[in-house]
Amino acid sequence: MALDAEILEQYALRLQASRASRFRRSVFSFIRHKPLAAFGGFVVILLIVMAVAPWLFTTHDPDLNMLSQRKLGPSGANWFGTDQFGRDLYTRIVYGARTSVVIGFGVVFVSAAIATTLGVVSGYFGGVFDILVQRLVDIGISLPGLIFIILLVTSLQEVPGLGWKIPVLWRIILGLGFLVSLGSSRIIRGATISTRQNQYVEAARITGASDGRIIVRHLLPNVFPVIIISASIQIGGAILTEASLSFLGYGIQPPTASWGRMLNEAREELVKSPHLAIFPGLAIFFAVFSFNMFGDGLRDVLDPRLRGSR
Amino acid sequence: MQRYLARRLLLAIPTLFGVTFVVFLLVRAVPGDVTAYLLGDYGASSPEVKAALKKEYSLDQNPAKQYVIWMGDVLRLDLGESIISGRTVTSELRNRLPVTLQLSLMAIFFSLFIALPVGITSAIRQDTAADYIGRSIAISALALPGFWVGLLLITMAGRYFAWGVPPKSYIPLTENPLGNVRMLAMPALILGAALSGSVMRFTRSAMLETLRQDYVRTAWAKGLRERTIIVRHVMRNALIPVVTVVGLQLPILVGGSVIIEQVYSIPGMGRYYITSVNSLDYPVIQAINLIVATVVVFANIAVDVTYSILDPRIRYS
Repeated sequence: MALDAEILEQYALRLQASRASRFRRSVFSFIRHKPLAAFGGFVVILLIVMAVAPWLFTTHDPDLNMLSQRKLGPSGANWFGTDQFGRDLYTRIVYGARTSVVIGFGVVFVSAAIATTLGVVSGYFGGVFDILVQRLVDIGISLPGLIFIILLVTSLQEVPGLGWKIPVLWRIILGLGFLVSLGSSRIIRGATISTRQNQYVEAARITGASDGRIIVRHLLPNVFPVIIISASIQIGGAILTEASLSFLGYGIQPPTASWGRMLNEAREELVKSPHLAIFPGLAIFFAVFSFNMFGDGLRDVLDPRLRGSR
Repeated sequence: MQRYLARRLLLAIPTLFGVTFVVFLLVRAVPGDVTAYLLGDYGASSPEVKAALKKEYSLDQNPAKQYVIWMGDVLRLDLGESIISGRTVTSELRNRLPVTLQLSLMAIFFSLFIALPVGITSAIRQDTAADYIGRSIAISALALPGFWVGLLLITMAGRYFAWGVPPKSYIPLTENPLGNVRMLAMPALILGAALSGSVMRFTRSAMLETLRQDYVRTAWAKGLRERTIIVRHVMRNALIPVVTVVGLQLPILVGGSVIIEQVYSIPGMGRYYITSVNSLDYPVIQAINLIVATVVVFANIAVDVTYSILDPRIRYS
């Protein structure tokens, strides 16, 4: 008996090791076959580290006003120059990564949670519930884009009836997340309906599995790639939308660093200090570009219909 | 087909009611008071005057009742009047809507002009340098913040070249068509470029899918010239979905024009919307949302219907 346990333990260890090496191998093959997507992934990881620990990358205090050194051009001391308050622009941009990353992942997380719940439940149970949810989704996807988001972000400043203030960051994440989720819930619903028709779902039901068990054990694992794919594609869009909102003045408020907000403030200084507009815009472009590239590569790997083709 | 169309049109009615109701409630949840803006100009802030004003615009009723009143007017094709200017919303939009419409149409034109050649080349020369360049252009176009490009073009081009600077005031199409088109060309190009990213990617994947069809292989086997195969066999079939994807981009186009009109100071509907949100001009905000939502809903229906007309294999029931 003791020997059996030992063998089992060794087997488990070996399995673990092979799993780790399989993961490593798939990472390497991703880098080799999708160099651009891997580069995007690298920038994404860099942005996440920047969001968590921005001080690792900077030399200046992000909030220190040096009024004697306002609007300086790029130099050795201030790589990207300084802004209207004499703050180091490079440091501000590094700190701005947090806003974009939090918005990007926050929106996608909220959206994935709502979309999965709505899509799977609506697709699995069908019936009256499905019809009702689908009419609500109809309304949601007909809400006119940015025009509606502007209204959403300016209006719900506190929880109705309770009077709790909602910070603008949360308004953007929840509002945009909800809006985006409706579209993807349609896709997830479709994937659920097609998975539901598989024989193994029928088999599970015959063996007496409950609805909850069928959804969690048999449907979700199959719908999961669809969720990941639509999420990875939405992150870049969410970052761009926040930048647009902040540029128009409805988004993140000072002193929090936000790339869109920086562009808004740079409008007044464009002719004399173009660097104030150039660098934050480049940051937005690079971040969105990297997220899109990475998401694209991820889709190619995860989407079974695209596997083998390219 | 007719039954399908009828069903879709019927379903559009509750959808539009829902959209306008959500917008209606949200507008009223924006903190602040439109009467404060009005009275701020005159320095009067007596509660009686405020109450009288609210009564005039029926803002003292409960929201549901207000909605019924507003909807009743809308159904009689009366969009109400702007609280700020006192003119009817219809007359306020009469000059602004065509500007945004023209900007959007020009943007669609530019986006197709960029997207189709690049997407097609990318597909028929798959995995060559041309393909990689094309795909990079597409992903870059998707990531480019249009307002940023606009800002840079206005300053840089104005500084180093003698073009790209928007004129001091707007040139109406009716007075000087050439000047008007030249003025809108740059913002439309920026909008179109942003739009072209997804159209390009869609074109490429649709072309690639069609290139692998059996009838294309047959065409090759018959010994047809490449040009004939691409134009006659592949493009005719691949570009059908591309037509429709443009229709689905409308919400993005409207959102983009809000921003680009702001950057280029174009007196269109988008810029008016921003002003109205800032001054809480309820009837205007509601009217613009209603117009855009209606366009979006009907564009979606039109896309599905055209799709089935262009592609006889698709049958809706």
